[in-house]
Amino acid sequence: MPLLEIKNLTMRFGGLTAVKNLTMTVEEGEIRSLIGPNGAGKTTVFNVLTGIYQPSKGNAFFQGREICSLRPYQVTSIGITRTFQNIRLFGNMTVLDNILIGMHTRTRSELLASVLKVRATRTEEAEARDQARELLQFVGLAGKEQELARNLPYGQQRRLEIARALGADPKLLLLDEPAAGMNPQETSDLMELITTIRAMGRTILLIEHDMKVVMNISDRVAVLDYGEKIADSTPQEVQKDEKVVKAYLGEG
Amino acid sequence: MISAYYYNLLILIGINIILALGLNLITGYTGQLSLGHAAFMSVGGYASGILTVKTGIPFLPALVIGALVAAALGFLVGLPTLRLRGDYLAIATLGFGEILRVTFLNLEITGGPFGLRGLAKETNGLIVFIATVIALVVIWSLINSRVGRAMIAIREDEVAAEAMGINTTRYKVLAFVVGAFFAGIAGGLYAHWFRYLNPASFGFMKSIEILCMVVLGGLGSTTGAVVGAATLTYAPEFLRSFFPVISEYRMLFYGALLVVLMLLRPQGIMGTSEFSPLKVYHWIRSRQGVKTTVGSDS
Repeated sequence: MPLLEIKNLTMRFGGLTAVKNLTMTVEEGEIRSLIGPNGAGKTTVFNVLTGIYQPSKGNAFFQGREICSLRPYQVTSIGITRTFQNIRLFGNMTVLDNILIGMHTRTRSELLASVLKVRATRTEEAEARDQARELLQFVGLAGKEQELARNLPYGQQRRLEIARALGADPKLLLLDEPAAGMNPQETSDLMELITTIRAMGRTILLIEHDMKVVMNISDRVAVLDYGEKIADSTPQEVQKDEKVVKAYLGEG
Repeated sequence: MISAYYYNLLILIGINIILALGLNLITGYTGQLSLGHAAFMSVGGYASGILTVKTGIPFLPALVIGALVAAALGFLVGLPTLRLRGDYLAIATLGFGEILRVTFLNLEITGGPFGLRGLAKETNGLIVFIATVIALVVIWSLINSRVGRAMIAIREDEVAAEAMGINTTRYKVLAFVVGAFFAGIAGGLYAHWFRYLNPASFGFMKSIEILCMVVLGGLGSTTGAVVGAATLTYAPEFLRSFFPVISEYRMLFYGALLVVLMLLRPQGIMGTSEFSPLKVYHWIRSRQGVKTTVGSDS
């Protein structure tokens, strides 16, 4: 059974069909890429998977469980987290607090326990802070704990978003154009980070425009054009595919 | 001992601090603009007042029950309205406040337009002080916890908060309930200090007054809410007693003061930061040209 299975997914906005009858799978432990020209419907797929949109037709299954009827916070709690194409950090909060919010589904303290500061709450908080610091170290942001997220340079904000998503301990991580706006050095660091995350046993579904990233680290690549899947294969095969070349470069 | 005048003023300041702290949780931290905070105050006031006057229940239990009734109402109102965003939520809370005012105006048990009379003077400085400290401690611990973080995350970016696994509706309602609870406490204290309740005291203008305290102090700053409440409670009195010449026009100056403060510091007196003696110490030291070993963040 694949970790994630998208079946005949269609998403319409009024007269516009953003995603048309998409079927694809993500196997456990792979780095799976979803590419396509601008406006092909890639981010829409993410938004459907994470419960922001209800699909017009079709469904998606995570570990055999139907997920399209879940609210976004419920999707997170069953093990899928995401980053955003336009960075959406909690800008006026510290870097550490951003990670702690990422860990929301793994911590339990509710209203009364929080106000009374019972022992369980204090222990949980201390442990969460330790884990958050480890995560920051992992993405190379150690020492930035108390800075406000909005004051970080762009590349570090992208890394913080990934660390925040990892805070929920997801089985499946959805990355929406993580390399956008990065310089070559940052991009190559990012590729290393993504492969390390996979090596830790997580599965990754990646939307990316940077072909160097896609072709180097993906196991399988699906190509969307005007909402329709036009190719789905290994990076080598996809690069040779005539329909893909045509979608990207137009007809000669 | 302080004069009765200042005693009265301090009690009013305490009550207003409790109101501002509650609204600050809703609007300042969770980012949900509410224009009906006075309504929760009136519920706490009327509920506790009716209990002590008509059933003879002692003051303190009545105060807590009144606050719980306000909190329950906060839950009932919050559940449907907090699905609305921004301006729409503001309008809905405004409407709720007016509905409640008109209801109290027409009920028999509340004394209708004549108001609720015959309350005993149970509120005193000590009780107000204790209630204010409890409100401060509770809100402070809440903000610096997992629950408070979730609330602030909602203010910062609701979509991202939801994507991080936060049930945003739940936490927005929770902020509403806690804010309403403290407004209920403030209402009960108010009722048993002035010994008279009238629906007109809890209209739209009162809600706006509380909002002004929160905005002036700094949205999302607990110490700011305290400073804002104290300043705006004292300002009209200050204008009256120290500038007798303008005393007749004091509300005019009060309005001008608000405008000037907002022009000079749109983020409020405290912004989103908190007052701490340690920071002041470092600030003074740095002004004197002494290098401090522990860096402050400003």
